[in-house]
Amino acid sequence: MGSAPDLLARRLLFFTGKGGVGKSTVTAATALLAAEHGQRVLLVEVDAKGNLTALFEHAPVGFEPRQVYPGVFAMQMDTEASLREYLKVQARVPVFGRLGPLARAFDFVANAAPGVKEILTVGKVCWELRETLEGRAHWDLIVVDAAATGHVIGQLDAPRAIQELVQVGPVRNQTDWMVDLLSDPSLTALNVVTAPEEMPVNETIELVARARAELAVPLGVVIVNRVLPELFTHADEEIFEALREPPALELLTTTAGPGAVAVLDGARLAVSLRRGRSMHLTALRDEVDLPLLLLPYLFVRDHGLRVTRMVAEELGQELGY
Amino acid sequence: MAEPTGSLEPLLAAREVVVFCGSGGVGKTSVAAASAVAAATRIGGKVLVLTIDPARRLADALGLEAFGNIERRVDLRAYTGEEPRGELYAAMLDTKRSWDELVLRHAPDEATAYRILDNRLYHNVTARFVQSHDYIAMERLFDLHASGVYDLIVIDTPPTRNAIDFLEAPARMSDFFGGRLLRWLTMPYRISGGRGARMINVASRPFYQIADRVLGSQFLQDIAEFFLNFQSMYAGFVERAKAVEQLLHDRRTTFAVVTTLEGAPLREAEQFCEELTKRNFHLGALVLNKTLPDYLLSREGAHAASVLERETEALARELKKTGLPRLDDPGATARVLRTLGDSFRNYEVVARREAELRAELSRLPDVVVNVPNFDTDIADVAGLARIGDHLFAQTTDQ
Repeated sequence: MGSAPDLLARRLLFFTGKGGVGKSTVTAATALLAAEHGQRVLLVEVDAKGNLTALFEHAPVGFEPRQVYPGVFAMQMDTEASLREYLKVQARVPVFGRLGPLARAFDFVANAAPGVKEILTVGKVCWELRETLEGRAHWDLIVVDAAATGHVIGQLDAPRAIQELVQVGPVRNQTDWMVDLLSDPSLTALNVVTAPEEMPVNETIELVARARAELAVPLGVVIVNRVLPELFTHADEEIFEALREPPALELLTTTAGPGAVAVLDGARLAVSLRRGRSMHLTALRDEVDLPLLLLPYLFVRDHGLRVTRMVAEELGQELGY
Repeated sequence: MAEPTGSLEPLLAAREVVVFCGSGGVGKTSVAAASAVAAATRIGGKVLVLTIDPARRLADALGLEAFGNIERRVDLRAYTGEEPRGELYAAMLDTKRSWDELVLRHAPDEATAYRILDNRLYHNVTARFVQSHDYIAMERLFDLHASGVYDLIVIDTPPTRNAIDFLEAPARMSDFFGGRLLRWLTMPYRISGGRGARMINVASRPFYQIADRVLGSQFLQDIAEFFLNFQSMYAGFVERAKAVEQLLHDRRTTFAVVTTLEGAPLREAEQFCEELTKRNFHLGALVLNKTLPDYLLSREGAHAASVLERETEALARELKKTGLPRLDDPGATARVLRTLGDSFRNYEVVARREAELRAELSRLPDVVVNVPNFDTDIADVAGLARIGDHLFAQTTDQ
């Protein structure tokens, strides 16, 4: 599979993926990689989990971007703050101290009406991109830890959904330029993070098909996280099997102690774990017509910045940096 | 792991409802289904597993179709080899249909029901509002339990961002309908007979001004009218939500938290255990899924791995003398020996991480069950039976 070396040349990257596959880690690693290559990056956390900055060993941040790593500025999406900014800057409605109960009421409606909450999220991101393109902000790259696979279409399609639902009004007028930015393949890409397991792979295949059919946002790459190493070639595997035969096993336990059996069992487990997952990799290759980037399973004990760096390094290699 | 492995058997034998929860990707669905298989095989009675979002192959294996809320009998004999003591049924939650049924039941009359069902906002509201998936799962559970058909119902919970959301779903559903916010929001429309005339009270005026600016007034009116219709179901919903909550608190109900020994899912599992206890739900068991085998942590294993790495060449030459045809190339043998040592150390690191996380677990239920990492995905009833062996502590293998 070809890689996608132009990925970091775009200006707005969304990352989605099924829960548990490492979507946030890969998103953070992408931001770190771009920053290491001299880019000024805005990293946006959309889900209010608030632990994205922990991947940089930094305290949680708010709506206002804060530098969490040299060149990486992180912000946490907040629909109330986004609404307030929108009202002030674009709709030119005077805003009073706190929106308070008003925001609650708006939140309530925003929850019920398709696309309202999403448009405040996607709108803020698009706004930052437009400000950059028009020289009022200066992000080389905006990286978004977007909604999980089940919700990302609704999130990114919000401007179009609003166009259909809201016939007139300022929100409608705002959506045209958003759709333009989101659908420009030289600017924007939606990337899918997955793992070589059944559910994540199925969801990826379905999402890619749906995104192609329903979404104006161009697809970028599929990043397969936690790929286990292939221990043996075919020839080496035969040697491995031979080592389990009585005379060899006897020699091994005499020399290395009874633990030799554990070592052999461990290798067998590693082989079968890898094998059990390889069918899912094959399915991805067969059914997804996008560049696949493979990130190895990391045999490490801790999390945090060190792991983010390691993932960024692997990602850089896959991208040809 | 080194700890003695507990069993879910007493729990599944004593309770009528077992709710499996945990964060996404930990294998909740498989563990729930495996518990049901094991209960139907070994304990007996009529057992139902209600699943939310199974992998396709597992759904196929259980004979489930994507839509319909229909319970299917699963043939156990073909897989478990023994004559099962009970019967197993499986059903998949159909959120949309369940909501429709709920509206039809609670609406004051058929005309209102269809006004709600036909509203273009309806699907969106039911798909996303107040954790509606969570609520509908609990609602469906209540229905099935009340039917009295099953001795045991095992349910797996929807993949939510926050595992505790569904605990609050019934309460939130009543709050939502009884909420001042909803009354406040629909007030101008109620006063003017739902025609949307601008009779807006002082309190809500700023909201309507801004919402008008942002959304357009027609859209806002659509929303308000929808909520007005929806509100007519208030009494029915609240009563029902209370009953659902009562069932979750009932002595016949217990919760089992599923997690892997990885940082994030485990933190969520711990938090969930705390929340359950705090809210007086019965925390029955913690299932540690996909754990690595103990031998990866054995001192003998580590020693052997280091010998293989240190004395690689000498060992390879010695192995050639065994006369085994595959071992006649010491260079190739040495490569494999190095890989063996290396791989063992890699997995040892992960097993050590698991053991540390396991040791850090503070608040634990009485029953903690280990399920090892299987070589392959669990995609059939035989595979579920294998997990079931571990859930019932019927096996000592890894």
